[in-house]
Amino acid sequence: MTTADLFLLLLLGLLLLCGLSAVLTKNLLVCLIIFMAYSVLMSVVWAMLQAPDLAITEAAVGVGISGILLFVTLKKLQTLRKKAEDEKDQSV
Amino acid sequence: MKKTSLFDRLRQWDAESFDLTDALRADQMPTERPGSRVWNPEAPVEPLARRREKRFFRLYPILAALLLTVFVALLLTAAFGLPAFGAEDAPAHNEVMQRYLAQGLTETGAVNAVAGVILDYRAFDTLGESHVLFAAVAAVMILLLGTAGEPSAERSPLSEARDPVLTFTACVLVPIILLFGVYVILNGHLGPGGGFSGGAILGGGLILFVVGRGFAPLERWLSLRVFRAVTLLGLCFYSLAKCYSFYCGANHLETIFSTGTPGDILSAGLILPLNLAVGVVVTCTMYGFYSMFRRGRI
Repeated sequence: MTTADLFLLLLLGLLLLCGLSAVLTKNLLVCLIIFMAYSVLMSVVWAMLQAPDLAITEAAVGVGISGILLFVTLKKLQTLRKKAEDEKDQSV
Repeated sequence: MKKTSLFDRLRQWDAESFDLTDALRADQMPTERPGSRVWNPEAPVEPLARRREKRFFRLYPILAALLLTVFVALLLTAAFGLPAFGAEDAPAHNEVMQRYLAQGLTETGAVNAVAGVILDYRAFDTLGESHVLFAAVAAVMILLLGTAGEPSAERSPLSEARDPVLTFTACVLVPIILLFGVYVILNGHLGPGGGFSGGAILGGGLILFVVGRGFAPLERWLSLRVFRAVTLLGLCFYSLAKCYSFYCGANHLETIFSTGTPGDILSAGLILPLNLAVGVVVTCTMYGFYSMFRRGRI
């Protein structure tokens, strides 16, 4: 087993962790950030599987575009603001 | 209420002594049987829907876990049935792949075999994908362009005050991102990348610019009219170019787009213009999605 294999196994384990925690988390914002981390890991995996085209697309679309669009959706649904106000209420 | 047979009812209705709408209304009225329940304002109200919801949420995690286990088991069974990574006897390793790898460079002129396959050999599939993307844009425009009248978050005083860190980061990063996007599009036939990924990078760069500097600087040249024209022209160019290439290819005619010297920036026939068209369309789409989501217009 070479170093590259070990690294790939580590990445796959982290992917599993990301997937599970994205499902199990209650906070939508945290879920979205975990989802973007999943995409980053996946793009590294694509690059290691010698698919650089897919790696570029995964990084640009999975992290950039869909992340931004989901952020905007959360903002539109006013999930972020409500959370911030709750925290403010608690601190006061 | 005394039960009457359907035939009696029909006769009553015919004689206009029975009204159907009244009967419907009476059916929907909650029938309180006298003496069944003493009305008590202090008693906790628990309607039927609430009780059903409670029962549902007790079962919900169990059912979800069960469904998930079955689904994961199915997927794992399918994954273990796949041939090993890079196995020689995999079904994908057939004469088609050998042809693509052996003669792809001379036939398409693309050094990047992936670009040669998706934009030359299998360009019909990519044409369909472009139309799917176009249909998605049209659907989003129908849904979101009408919401311009609503009070948007943009007009609130909070979003006017921009974070200086964000503005500075955007100013530094946006030129680099845009340059990289253009590189990925133009080098689609020479290296990894292509129209879709390059367009997504360009769109992401534009969105970052808008987040840092506001919509105003971009609005001057990227209006709804430009957006429509670019998207439509890109798709029309793609369709016409592919029609031409299918016509020539099917009839063994000489095309005016030569494959050139493989490795040159101006080579590989139609792949570079097609990448450009796809890239421009995807850029506009990504930026348009963000703009429409954010403020209901482009």
